[in-house]
Amino acid sequence: MEKIEKLSDSSIKEIERFKGLYPNRNSAVLMVLHVVHQQFGFLDREALREAAEIMELPYIDFQQAASFYTLFPNKPMGKYHIQVCRTLACHLRGAEELTALLKKILGIGIGEVTNDGLFSLSEVECLGSCGTAPVMQINEIYYENLTRARVDEILDDLRKKARNG
Amino acid sequence: MAEFEKILFKYIDSPDQDRIDTYIKNGGYAALEKAITTMKPEEVTDEVIKSGLRGRGGAGFPTGRKWSFLPKGIDKPVYLCVNADESEPGTFKDRELIEREPHQVLEGTLITAYAIKCKIAFIYIRGEFAYGAKQLNRAIDEARARGFVGKNLFGKGVDIEVIVHRGGGAYICGEETALLTSLEGGMGYPRIKPPFPAVAGLYGCPTIINNVETLANIPHIINRGASWFTTIGTPKSTGSKIFCMSGHVNKPGNYELPMGVPLRELLFEHAGGVRDGRNLKAVIPGGSSVPVLTADKIDVRMDFESLAEAGTMLGSAGVMVLDETTCIVRTAQNLAHFYQHESCGQCTPCRQGTYWMLAILHRIEHGQGTMEDLNTLTDICDNIEGNTICPLGDAAVPPVRSTIRQFREEYEYHITHKKCLPGTSPARFE
Ligand SMILES: Cc1cc2nc3c(=O)[nH]c(=O)nc-3n(C[C@H](O)[C@H](O)[C@H](O)COP(=O)(O)O)c2cc1C
Ligand code: SF4
Ligand code: FES
Repeated sequence: MEKIEKLSDSSIKEIERFKGLYPNRNSAVLMVLHVVHQQFGFLDREALREAAEIMELPYIDFQQAASFYTLFPNKPMGKYHIQVCRTLACHLRGAEELTALLKKILGIGIGEVTNDGLFSLSEVECLGSCGTAPVMQINEIYYENLTRARVDEILDDLRKKARNG
Repeated sequence: MAEFEKILFKYIDSPDQDRIDTYIKNGGYAALEKAITTMKPEEVTDEVIKSGLRGRGGAGFPTGRKWSFLPKGIDKPVYLCVNADESEPGTFKDRELIEREPHQVLEGTLITAYAIKCKIAFIYIRGEFAYGAKQLNRAIDEARARGFVGKNLFGKGVDIEVIVHRGGGAYICGEETALLTSLEGGMGYPRIKPPFPAVAGLYGCPTIINNVETLANIPHIINRGASWFTTIGTPKSTGSKIFCMSGHVNKPGNYELPMGVPLRELLFEHAGGVRDGRNLKAVIPGGSSVPVLTADKIDVRMDFESLAEAGTMLGSAGVMVLDETTCIVRTAQNLAHFYQHESCGQCTPCRQGTYWMLAILHRIEHGQGTMEDLNTLTDICDNIEGNTICPLGDAAVPPVRSTIRQFREEYEYHITHKKCLPGTSPARFE
């Protein structure tokens, strides 16, 4: 069987660094999930198998961890994955209406991806940013003190960014 | 009282305080040098014991005493895990410390590692804090370049390595034993205690787990002495505390004030009072896991003892403020959703109990509840409490039990009228 190689050189380098970093190699499992997630936007199975091989650890260790932790989608998400905080401090400042607004603007439900592949939407629990509620996280970035006008602006900027590559 | 001089946040607004040059200019790393070059590890621990510093992660356990529980005279490595998982709803202080004062957190970590003779310290940071992890890693690189991290620190033969480890989005991993299983590469399942981590923690070795804010205090205690520290706060809750103000307040945000500051002062003078001049309905004073205080009970001081006397807890000091328009059933339902979602599922009472709590609260909120449901909810609370491996189960109880206790009429109104109390409604998005 021909070997598929999906991991980028920089991902491989990072994984190799984590391999030697901890007193016990198993500890690097989560960090490896982060590397794969970072490159693909979700946990690509083949890439994860490749990572497991580099780590010289059973693939099942990664699969098991992936099933427990919520940060790593197992299927492709939008280029911009929007996660809206739904917990109390954000709820008190209108998170429910914020989610409804995003659903309306994007024309998708929770867990769905827009047709153009640009956006996906999910609801998450407290992001640790309650003082600037309501809050959403898009990929790695926090967007805080959201208002209707800000949401429009943010989505417009991202659309522009995507168009300009 | 004299104007309080901030300790942890003194330089938080200085530009470039996250860079090592500015941090050193403002007195940084003097405490690390003092500790390693002039104090024995035991003397550092003694100073922290004398300071009365108590854990800022929620439980308030005396920090120095925790360190002193490490077994002596064994040849296993000792580990330090800094708990930067910060996921208790209403809490956002560690994030600000990490993002804006990463060297202060790192210096506290290094001094603590020295005190407990640990050669590898881990900072377990919640996965969502990508920027925080970057800030910490940069701080470590900067500190390494100055000889504050790595081998033979200050020429004294002390080796300390610091590793930033990112979590994967699970509240339960803030619980200390779950943090350890997670750090070992497994799913974040809490472990039964004993053995306590100080005896058998990471990789079965003696391990100390402390909160970010707890450790940020250590450089100041070493610099200025335990007796200075005890002059701040109350006799049993010494030092300052970062209070995280959120919800319906005019000026949400973090406020560092002495332990024991009156809640009324915190809310109305510092955080600018209730939003839009509305009336206060309730305050959840210590993160989502603590009982609510009704508006008539806010003449209480914000320290471990005073809040316990008032029937609630300081917890993580995440103060969530609810104004008169807040539907209390919706509030309880929102938090029940959180605990149901975050239960790791190991213990039946927690897994099933949080599920049924949410289902019943949902039913009541949507006009399909019965009076019997209120008894069922209370029964579920009784069945969870004390019957689980870790405190998450217990933490799911107060939001439900305390709101039923304090706002029973509002629950009953929901049940009989099949709608929210007049004047309350889901919050609006501006
Ligand atoms: C469900 C649960 C979640 C917790 N989350 C955190 C957290 O995010 N950060 C934290 O410092 N402590 C958290 N704790 C408390 C830790 O178990 C532990 O007591 C604390 O980190 C000890 O540090 P301290 O003594 O410095 O407070 C949590 C506890 C429980 C039961
Ligand atoms: S109490 Fe809940 S979260 Fe804690 S171990 Fe049991 S099931 Fe898991
Ligand atoms: S409740 Fe939304 S960030 Fe905490």
